Amino acid sequence: MLESLLELFDKYHLVAAFAVIGLTMYAAYWVSARFTRGKLHGSAIAIMIGLALAYFGGVTTEGTHGLADISLFSGLGLMGGGMLRDLAIIATAYGVQFSEIRKAGVRGVIALFAGVIVSFVAGAVIAVAFGYTDPIDITTIGAGAVTYIVGPVTGATLGASSEVVALSIAAGLVKSILTMIATPMTARLIGLDNPRSAMIFGGLIGTTSGVAAGLAATDARLVPYGAMTATFYTGLGILLAPTALFLVVRALF
Amino acid sequence: MVIYGVALLAGCMMAGLIVGDLLGQLLGIDSNLGGVGIAMLLLIFSTSWLKDRGRLPEATASGINFWNAMYIPIVVAMAASQNVAAAFSGGLVAILAGALAVVLGLVMVPVIAGKPRDDKASGAVPNSEGRLTSVSEPSR
Repeated sequence: MLESLLELFDKYHLVAAFAVIGLTMYAAYWVSARFTRGKLHGSAIAIMIGLALAYFGGVTTEGTHGLADISLFSGLGLMGGGMLRDLAIIATAYGVQFSEIRKAGVRGVIALFAGVIVSFVAGAVIAVAFGYTDPIDITTIGAGAVTYIVGPVTGATLGASSEVVALSIAAGLVKSILTMIATPMTARLIGLDNPRSAMIFGGLIGTTSGVAAGLAATDARLVPYGAMTATFYTGLGILLAPTALFLVVRALF
Repeated sequence: MVIYGVALLAGCMMAGLIVGDLLGQLLGIDSNLGGVGIAMLLLIFSTSWLKDRGRLPEATASGINFWNAMYIPIVVAMAASQNVAAAFSGGLVAILAGALAVVLGLVMVPVIAGKPRDDKASGAVPNSEGRLTSVSEPSR
């Protein structure tokens, strides 16, 4: 009985995921209205529940896809994977005024470069503080603090050891997850309440999943603006980290 | 028909990804450079072009709006399938490097955005078809 039930969930994984996420959203919005009087967005609570479940899934299965590694919930991987995520992000652009995007254009580009460089420096400084002296190691960890994709790509290009590459991925994951949690909490403090600052935020933080979830938890109307700049971030990071930024690090160490 | 909207969205996505891929290859990086952003621009232009000519009926728009509305649930599913365990077992170096990057990034948002009053729009929240009107937080 139980086994055939599990099989059913496994077979219809995407449909099951819709139902599971629907229930999660309902619970999150109920908690938001009942205990925080709507102060903490339902979507922020839902994302935190998701992250907590992902931690639980990762610890119990030792897999890499959070709760989606538990076969009962494997559909979450497809529903929350890159393909549908990007489709939904693009759909949020429907109804956006192009003039809004153009207004923040130059500052958005500045934010992109500043974001990649500042994140890289943050990672590199921590690496040096912990005693790393090899420019390849420092660059790879710095690149990991840009995004968890830039880290391993840079590491592979420069020939970093697998431990350092793993470290750089972990740094990028920490950045992405902290962004999801910290964005709604600090949004008011940093003036993240209009399309312009959302575009700059997307350029500065850049990690797509973090920006996507952080803005969703803050104000879903800001999503298209932040996503617009963030989408260039990883590419720019891959362009800069193993080349210009590596040369700077090598000149210093 | 609803599928027209979904197909328009999908077409913009594929076209954007192709351009992003070509851009990446052109610059010699093993990554898609801004494909999603380009797709977003394509969707903005194509839908406003169609709307101006009255060729974007309700049903077509609802094919796009459905995916727009599914955004937050999809993000929740994404959060639930993140490798959270690995992030926090990476040790102090990974945690501090990631955290410092987030803190510095957030701090720099108001620095690069400048004071809201500098904006010619007198700091008012832009009203694009009423989508942002309810954001009425006074600017500090």
